[in-house]
Amino acid sequence: MAEKVLMKGNEALAEAAIQCGCKHYFGYPITPQTEIAAYMSKRLPKEGGVFLQAESEVAAINMVLGATSAGVRAMTSSSSPGVSLKSEGVSYIAGSDLPALIINVQRGGPGLGGIQPSQSDYWQATKALGHGDFQLFVLAPSTIQEMVDFVPLAYEVGEKYRVPAMILSDGMLGQMMEPVEFPEKKETAVADKSWATNGHQNKRKKNIVNSLYIQPEELENLVKERYERYEKIKEEEQRAEEFMMDDAEYVVVAFGASSRVARSAIIKAREEGIKVGMIRPITLWPFPDKTIEKSIANAKKYLCVEMNMGQMVDDVRLVVNGRKEVAFFGRTGGVIPTPAEVLDQIRALAGKEM
Amino acid sequence: MAVVFEKTKALTDVPFHYCPGCTHGIVHRLVAEVLEEMGVVGQTVGVASVGCSVFSYNYFDCDMVQAAHGRAPAVATGLKRALPDNVIFTYQGDGDLAAIGMAETVHAATRGENITVIFINNAIYGMTGGQMAPTSLPGQVTQTSPYGRDTSTAGFPIRVCELLSTLDGTALAQRVTVDSVKNVNIAKKAIRKGFENQINKRGYSIIEVVSTCPTNWGLSPEEAMNWLRDNMLPYYPLGVYKDVTEGGDK
Repeated sequence: MAEKVLMKGNEALAEAAIQCGCKHYFGYPITPQTEIAAYMSKRLPKEGGVFLQAESEVAAINMVLGATSAGVRAMTSSSSPGVSLKSEGVSYIAGSDLPALIINVQRGGPGLGGIQPSQSDYWQATKALGHGDFQLFVLAPSTIQEMVDFVPLAYEVGEKYRVPAMILSDGMLGQMMEPVEFPEKKETAVADKSWATNGHQNKRKKNIVNSLYIQPEELENLVKERYERYEKIKEEEQRAEEFMMDDAEYVVVAFGASSRVARSAIIKAREEGIKVGMIRPITLWPFPDKTIEKSIANAKKYLCVEMNMGQMVDDVRLVVNGRKEVAFFGRTGGVIPTPAEVLDQIRALAGKEM
Repeated sequence: MAVVFEKTKALTDVPFHYCPGCTHGIVHRLVAEVLEEMGVVGQTVGVASVGCSVFSYNYFDCDMVQAAHGRAPAVATGLKRALPDNVIFTYQGDGDLAAIGMAETVHAATRGENITVIFINNAIYGMTGGQMAPTSLPGQVTQTSPYGRDTSTAGFPIRVCELLSTLDGTALAQRVTVDSVKNVNIAKKAIRKGFENQINKRGYSIIEVVSTCPTNWGLSPEEAMNWLRDNMLPYYPLGVYKDVTEGGDK
């Protein structure tokens, strides 16, 4: 095993990308993700790679589209307002069946919002990052180690199914430092890239990367084929962590930074004798409905803890489907909930005095 | 029987969808002939834009990427940075290049991106049915300037070659047209120079082709060519605005 190093989340993620073969980075400065670009600008030229500061997020995502069309691993990163600008390109990437990695280090919104951590882009990432019928494979890290580990995972799943992948992080994980270990370098399975537009060399038929289909039936068939891949992803790629769930009657559902706060609150609540556990979605899309479903029989009530006004709670309620009560607690605008606040919510859920 | 003419192999057999009298067909052929003559079709990746030439991915017999409206230079940048030894070109109209994609255009040029840009300036949005373009002439009647382009409210046309020639990253900015055999030959030479610049890593090359749109100008093909000579060329003078090669104008 490699030794542990103390790194900032954004820099650890950038290093992980380089280590798994991403040599093409295109980005535009925005807080709180800028360390990713800064790190890439320092490291990539020495790795024989390309760091390019684009004229806008719009240009950056389209550069990613171009590079990924050529068959290389490419990446862009931004924070919430910048990710909105990338939505056009993300839709084209999805519509062209290209893999690509997009990082969102979330901050408060809407509009220019703030620069403090937030999870208010959950809907955007999981429902509608651009026009049209499509999904991204979305991973939500909760530690700096996961910021590292999810990069190769995002590439592998994205390339396997030819879908864009997103790591939905936030300003807290981006900015904080933790010891991390980088995986031993291993040869990752080389995905089939026979679709790449890298020059046919007069040896094969020409390739076209395209999202335009004028005939409605043709477009419908292509979208349906893509949705068959999405069904496979739902079946095979769901991931969630279960924490103290063995005997849990009360289930907190939280992802990313808010799951860290919830974890502390759950440990305190257990000391008070409350049988509470947590399901932490790791893949936000596909949403880990199997794990939620499994918990319903023993659960009395659910509590979603998010750094927004209630977004993931919709997906939890869809799975629970009225069978149990699903409560919500959130702080937004860049405010991080405290363990004490969440503990109060857990006590209330369990009918205990505050 | 002696073969007197053969279609370039760099074009597929898919029939063009272009209107009679539109000059896209001539320009496609020139680009394809240059790629074939230079022997680089196998290394070439073209980027189609949004507009009448959107289907050019079906016509050029090289690998093709279809870009979002205005983003062809960014897509081409990604391709070129990933494939520095390949030949990358964009084929863009005036709305794509000079309106929605002006930021991508200017920045690709100023970075000296080693790409070749074929720019079709016909002073109108063709695909969407004849709206005012950034290059529509003062007074020009279009669907969205029904009383003629009023410069007091709609501003002035953009002269793209002049603008891009001020940037250090631009290797070639040349405006041509294809209204005569002589001008077709000049256009082809310019296109070839644009691709040679790329291979020699000289930077961004743009060949602006002043073009016709008989359908949306409401003219016959012949009238459209005359309108181009009488109205377009005085506003958009042909010539070399920047050329960094030896013997180049600047």
